[in-house]
Order: sequence, then structure tokens, then C-alpha cells
Amino acid sequence: MSNQAFEAVIGLEVHAELLTATKIFCSCSTAFGAEPNTQCCPICMGYPGAMPRLNRRAVELAIRAGLALGCEIAEVSQTDRKQYFYPDLPKAYQISQDESPLCKNGFLTVSTKEGTRRVAISRIHIEEDAGKLIHRGAHTFVDCNRCGVPLIEIVSAPDLRSPEEASAYLRKLRSILLTCGISDCRMQEGSLRCDVNISLRPFGSETFGVRTEIKNLNSFAFVEKAIAYEIARQTEALLQGNVPIPETRRFDAAAGKTYPMRAKETSVDYRFLPEPDLPPIWVSEEDIERLRTTLPELPDARALRLAQAYGLTVYDASVLVSEPQLADFFEAGAGKTDYPKLLVNLLLSELLRHCASDPFSSPVSASRLAELSQLMGEGTVNSATAKKLLLRLLDGDLDPRLTVKREGLAQVRDREQLLTLAERAMEEQPRAVTDYRNGKSAALRALQGKVMALSGGRADPILLESIFLELLSPHSDETR
Amino acid sequence: MRPMIERTVREHRRALDAGEYSSLELTRAFLTRIEEVDPMVGAFLTVDTEGALRAARESDARIASGASRGILEGIPYAIKDNFCTKGIRTSCASRMLENFVPPYDATVVEKLRDAGAVLLGKLNLDEFAMGSSGEHSAFGVTRNPYDSRYVAGGSSGGAAAAVAANEAVFAIGSDTGGSVRQPAAFCGIVGLKPTYGRISRYGMIALASSLDCVGLLTRSAEDAALLLELLEGEDGRDATGRTFQEMGKPMSDSRLRVAVIPALAKGDAVSLEITAAVERAIAVLQRHGAEIGEIELPDPEQALATYCVLSAAEAASNMARFDGVRYGKRSEDFDGLISVYANTRGEFLGEEVKRRILFGTYMLSKRNRARYYDSALEMRETIRERLKETFAQYDMILSPTAPTEAFLVGAEESPAQRRRADLCAVYASLAGLPAISVPFGTSRAGLPLAVQLTAAPFAETKLLRVARVLEKDASD
Repeated sequence: MSNQAFEAVIGLEVHAELLTATKIFCSCSTAFGAEPNTQCCPICMGYPGAMPRLNRRAVELAIRAGLALGCEIAEVSQTDRKQYFYPDLPKAYQISQDESPLCKNGFLTVSTKEGTRRVAISRIHIEEDAGKLIHRGAHTFVDCNRCGVPLIEIVSAPDLRSPEEASAYLRKLRSILLTCGISDCRMQEGSLRCDVNISLRPFGSETFGVRTEIKNLNSFAFVEKAIAYEIARQTEALLQGNVPIPETRRFDAAAGKTYPMRAKETSVDYRFLPEPDLPPIWVSEEDIERLRTTLPELPDARALRLAQAYGLTVYDASVLVSEPQLADFFEAGAGKTDYPKLLVNLLLSELLRHCASDPFSSPVSASRLAELSQLMGEGTVNSATAKKLLLRLLDGDLDPRLTVKREGLAQVRDREQLLTLAERAMEEQPRAVTDYRNGKSAALRALQGKVMALSGGRADPILLESIFLELLSPHSDETR
Repeated sequence: MRPMIERTVREHRRALDAGEYSSLELTRAFLTRIEEVDPMVGAFLTVDTEGALRAARESDARIASGASRGILEGIPYAIKDNFCTKGIRTSCASRMLENFVPPYDATVVEKLRDAGAVLLGKLNLDEFAMGSSGEHSAFGVTRNPYDSRYVAGGSSGGAAAAVAANEAVFAIGSDTGGSVRQPAAFCGIVGLKPTYGRISRYGMIALASSLDCVGLLTRSAEDAALLLELLEGEDGRDATGRTFQEMGKPMSDSRLRVAVIPALAKGDAVSLEITAAVERAIAVLQRHGAEIGEIELPDPEQALATYCVLSAAEAASNMARFDGVRYGKRSEDFDGLISVYANTRGEFLGEEVKRRILFGTYMLSKRNRARYYDSALEMRETIRERLKETFAQYDMILSPTAPTEAFLVGAEESPAQRRRADLCAVYASLAGLPAISVPFGTSRAGLPLAVQLTAAPFAETKLLRVARVLEKDASD
């Protein structure tokens, strides 16, 4: 009820670490997870006299992101110092871009149940990441390994209207960044982070309400929950006649609530200063064209192609491309089976269920999964057997077709054989027969299960069902 | 021939190669000289006796085996204490960095070592290069070798005094708004600020990054020329580095065209003796066939204000890293993060440094930025444009280096008055132009006088050639 009173106006700021081997202003490694302070140098630790050198690869990846998101790329942009004191920021300023970002005016098409909308992207700029603070007892330690890891900040226009839409935007953005090799988007490692700006206004209003900012959300689920909570909180305040105060809030995942961090009135004055240690960033038309030609097929185009080429549903195709590795896996197997839809099912509902954490470290190769789908599709095995074979593949490689032959796992499709088993089942479970005839159609499942057990799980389920329907039909007693 | 410690690089080269004396003997002579005079001069903050003697021995061995590294092989020098020297304390004359030993060498230090030069030690300066008198060091005043009642100038006061007092053959300094040229003028030596970016700043602790230049303090224009040749060029570590490119008007075969700035040549902006020195320099250049013209530049007071705003804004930013977290001093007295910052900076930074941090922070704050910082940037563009036009017509500008000769220690009255010392130097700084201060006579009080030449970007060769003409005339 209350949600209908106001329209939510949501904008997202996404920070993504770029997939460069070295940092943005020095040659230290960007690899995640090293011992603290083993991947830093005078430059990224802000030693006196040390000077930054811009990593051109970071600029190229940022431009790639800009092109994938339909942005204009600035021929010349500049870096600026964003100044504030914090122990994880060695120079006491972050080298970022203020008024002249590398990319601007892009968009992203976002689909939810409500439909498909185009969300404007205001800007993408490059900047350096800060370090990490490690708290131990009464002491706080600084780890500078992450200082100077290149980031892009992707800022959307306040075009999003619901938690679902925000989440869909993020998922889409993630799949683009992954597909283009821009970021590994590992939220648990902090290589993708999200800030949310949100305000409410009466439906139909063109002006913006007072917004709050929720900082540093590191999962899509948290983004959705935080937005939903914030909509409810602001709605309640507005209904009670209170205006929310402009402030920065943090999301407590355990409580599912947001809490104030600091009010905007006391917000930091970053005193932006054009970075005098770095010349302007020039990007030529040729650079842009060269980068444009190296862009891979983007998720939307790929989903369309997969759906058309393999007869997949739009939903399945979009799930595949949301994780480019999934789509790659599918495409690697799709040529080796006549039943790509079965391959998608095996991949999305079976393989992913067994190794949700990292499907691609599983020992099951795309061709093995394709073989399974082929065996299923051509009717050699039923789905129960296929699932069992998949479990065995997860334990170690084997040739599915050979195994089926050697162990006699092929589906029982012999009508006479199934008929015999079905009659036996009916004899052993007269109660089920009676129930079914009295209108409890669910009783059929017990009979089918019995035959499956008798056949070692190999009965062709479709054939079996038709046999039962025939046997249990009101006239069957007479006919036989 | 002059005494050993008074000679130029060129003269030492000949003597060392001819075996008249060894680098070890020369180095020892300087170390002795430092011991004798430096307690009075206050030029050195650190003397690396062992390192210098070791480097000298190695040099002698190379010379003996015919493996000399060239013009600077075995020649002792010293460097301002805002250049990082691996393993040797680099303090910026601040208590903040009293215990700071850099883990790396500045590019110029590396280049000089590779060229065989012998590093004697680190030189005094106004704290973090903020000041124009050499009095704002946390570790003592540098005094003028001509008369110890007077200042050496600043901020490269130690560098200028060390060369003038024969404590080193040459010195490396930094020039942001005259910090090499003005003390060179006060101490009667040559001070060259090259084109912005021509010598790598890597490892030079920044004051105002868009203005900072590595500067050379030498006994002669010739020495400055050969040092520049050795030190210039991009090193891949200073992104603002610029490779040599001939710009401006090519030197005409017939006549040198020299511009003077009336606002700095007469009136009460500049002392009478300095004005007279400039007049004499005009006469000398005319005698050598130069054509003199007058130019209008934006008011020097405005240029100075522009410089003050921009340099303070950048300085405040550059100084922010001295927070007591990673290196340098940390206050013992703290309770929570903010007090670590506040107490550390409060205790270990000097007054002038704090003043500029406050000033720069104020200029860049949201409510003041457009009014101060942005208009200063605009004025800087205007000055650059105007100077560019000037160098389409003229080969160089002749002006005073500083509005006065050296003043008495303790004579500075106010921070504003203090900044007036940069009045003549800031045009070149704001526009990134090469400029040189050439000693030109002596005042009635017996203090050195000097004039300044400023040229188009990368026109150092031309600048140094004319400097030699003035130098020769002044010594005649």
C-alpha cells in the first residue's frame, strides 16, 4: 500500500577493479590475496618524491567499458586529486577524475518483469583504489597492496525505479564487464562494489526528493535489500510528514537495515585539484576505433544469437550470457550434441547445482556434458540415468556412452518388458490401483516409482506412463 | 690558477685527468673546508664523509684504469636535502622527516652517481622549500658567505652558500618560484632553472608540482651548461617530463633582441642598486649588438599573487601525505585517528609550512575555489600567452633576479613581505620557462648583485650563451 504512494528514484555508482596485471601508477602487481604490504612501492605508498605514471592499459580497459556501454569517449580528459585524510590513502588524496571523465553519456538496457528500459549512464572515470585497514584488538594496521589498483567508477543517471531494476542493472553491467575482460567482478574480493543513491517522490512528480546514499554494498542481494529497506523507511517518514535528511548510510546485512554514517551537511569538502604530476589523457580517434574493433560480442547480441541458433528460450539464453563462462561452456558443447536444449538444462539445473561455487573447476568438460545430452536426447538413457552419470563424471572422467553399454544402463524401451513390470507393480500395489481409479491421479506416481525401482531406474518414463494410462483406463479390465 | 676548491668543473676535469690531484685529494679538501667553514655558513645538514671518500676512491680507480665516466668523474658536489638519497637521511629541513631515510634515489642523484660525481652531503633549505631567505629551516639558518650577518636566500640557501663558500664544486637545488635563482643571486653564483620538465623531478620532494624544477647552482654558466646536458631528458618516471624541442624564435644571426620589463626595471618595486645593475647589463648587451625593447606583462604583483595561490594550493595537497602513518615522525601524544594527524602535523611542521597549508586549503575549498584558485589558473594562462607573444619577437627577457640584494638575518617583517622576494622570479615559474641568474657586480655593502635572463621553452643554450657574455663582463 505504502509503496504505491511514492516513486523511488535510484542511481547507482559502481566501482570495478580493472583487469590489469600492474597498478594504475606503478608496476606493482594487482594480484589479490598476497601477504600484506608485499605488493607496494614508494609510488603506491605515497613516499615523498615518488611520482605516478599512468598505466595506459587501464585507460584502454576504461575506454572499452565506455564503448561497451555506448559512451562518448573524451578526446582529452584530465586527472584530479580528491583530497581527504584516511590511513588507507597514503598520499591523502585519491587520483581520480572530477570534471572531465574519460567516458560519458552512455546507456544500459535493463529487463525486469515490468519490461525493458534504457538506463542512462552519466559517466565512467578512472581512479586508484585505496588500501585496506586490518583491525587487530586495539591496533589498526594498514595493508597497501590494494593502493593504486586501477578502478573505473560507472555512474548511472537516477533512472532506476525499483530494487529489482537496480539488481537487473547490476547483473547486466557485470556480464558486460566480464564479457569484455574489463573486470573479474568478484564482489567477495571487492573487485566490484556498489553505492546506491535513493530518494522518493510522489508519482508524476518531476522534481527529486531528498536523497540518501548507501555506501559500499558488496552483493546484489544486499543492494536489493538495502534499497527495499530504504524505500520502506523513507516512505514511512514521508507518510508521517517528515522529510528524510540528506545523509550517507551504511547497510547492516545481518539486521537487514541501513544506519546513518554521516550527514551531508558535514560531508567532506574534497578540494579537487587538477593532478599536476600527470599530463592530460589524450585519446585519438584511431585509438578508439582500434579498441572498438576488439570488443567481443556483447551479452544481448550473444543471447539473441544463442536463442536463435540453438532454439533456446530467451530466459535460458540470458542466464547463459549473464556468466560469459557459462555461455562459453555451452557453446563449446553445443556443437557436439543434437539436443542443445537438453545441454542447457543439464548445465543450468544439474551441473550448477552440484558445483555452484565454481562450475568451471569441475572435472566435467563441455563435451562430456554434450555427450550426456545426446544420450538423453536420442533416448538411450533417461534423465535419472543421465543425472547419475553426471554424478560419476564429477568424481572422475569416463566415457558416458561406453559406460552405458558396459553397465547395461540403457533405457528400457521395450514395450513388452515394461508391460510385464507394470503389471507386476499393479499386483504388488493394489491399493494404488484402487486409489487411482477412485480419482487420486497422484497414485500413479507410486506405480511408476515401483517400475523404476524394478528396472534399476532405467525405464523410459514416457513410454511407461502411456502403458499405465492404458492399463488403468476404466475399460482395461474388460479388454484384457 | 685559483686554489683547488675555487675551481670550476671544467678546470677540475683537466687537473684530474692530468693527474695533478686525485679525486680523493679533492674530496678531502672539500670535507676539510666544510669542517672549517660550515659551522658559520650552515649550508650542510648531513655530510656523508665515508660515502664521499669511498666514491672518490672508486673514481680514482676508474680514472687510473681509463674507465672514466666522463666530465663529472670524481667531482664533488652536494644536493639540497629535498632530493631523495637512498640510505642517506632526507629531511627537507623539517622535524617531520628528521628520521626519514628514503628507500630510493632521485633520478638526478642516480644520474650524477652514474656519471662518477662524488656526493659530499645534503644541503640546508627553508623547510620543505617554503621560504626565500634560508632562515626557515628546522635545523638552523644558512648565512651568506659574503657576510654572515646576511641571509643566503632561499629556499636553496644551503646550495647557493655551499658553492659560494667553496664547500662543493656545484650543487643541485629546486626552484619553484625562484628558489634556485634568488639564493644564487644573493650568494654571487650562477643559478639555472631549466624549462619545466626538462630534468626529471622524480625523487625531488614536491612543493608545488606544476611549478617545481630541478635547478643547478654553479660557479659558471659553462658548468651549468654541461650539467644540464648530463641531467636533462625523460626518465620514464616523471610523466611531466618533456623532451627537448626547439621553440620560440630562432636566434637571429645579426642581432640579439632583448626585452626589459619596465615595471621591474624602475620604480620602487626594485632596489636602486639592482636597477643600476640591470641598466649596466643592458649597456653590456647593447655593446655586444643587442637590440633592447620594452614589454608589458600582467602586473608583477598580480603574477606574484597568482603564484602564491597556485603554489600554496598544490603545496597543501603535497604536504598532506605527512600524516605520521607510514614514515617520518609521529606524535607520541594521540588519542584516536584525528589526533594522530593533528598532533603529528602540529608538532613537527614549522610555522611557514603550516601557514601555506592553511592558505592553500582555504584557496581550494568549495566556497573559495572559483574566486581564488580558478582565477589564478586563468591569470596563469594570460601570463603564459603574453610571454609566448613576447618570445615571438624577442630572444630573451632581462630583469632583476630578486627585488633586493641579500637582507639581514631576522629582517623579514611579515609573511607578505617575505613573498616579495619572489617578485621577479615567478613569471618564468608560472610559464615553465628557463631562466638564469647571473652574478653581476657587487653592492656598496659588498654583497653580490645579479641579473636574470628568461627565454622561451628549451632555449637554454641561447640563455647560457648570453649569460656567459654578462659573466665575462662582470668579472672584467
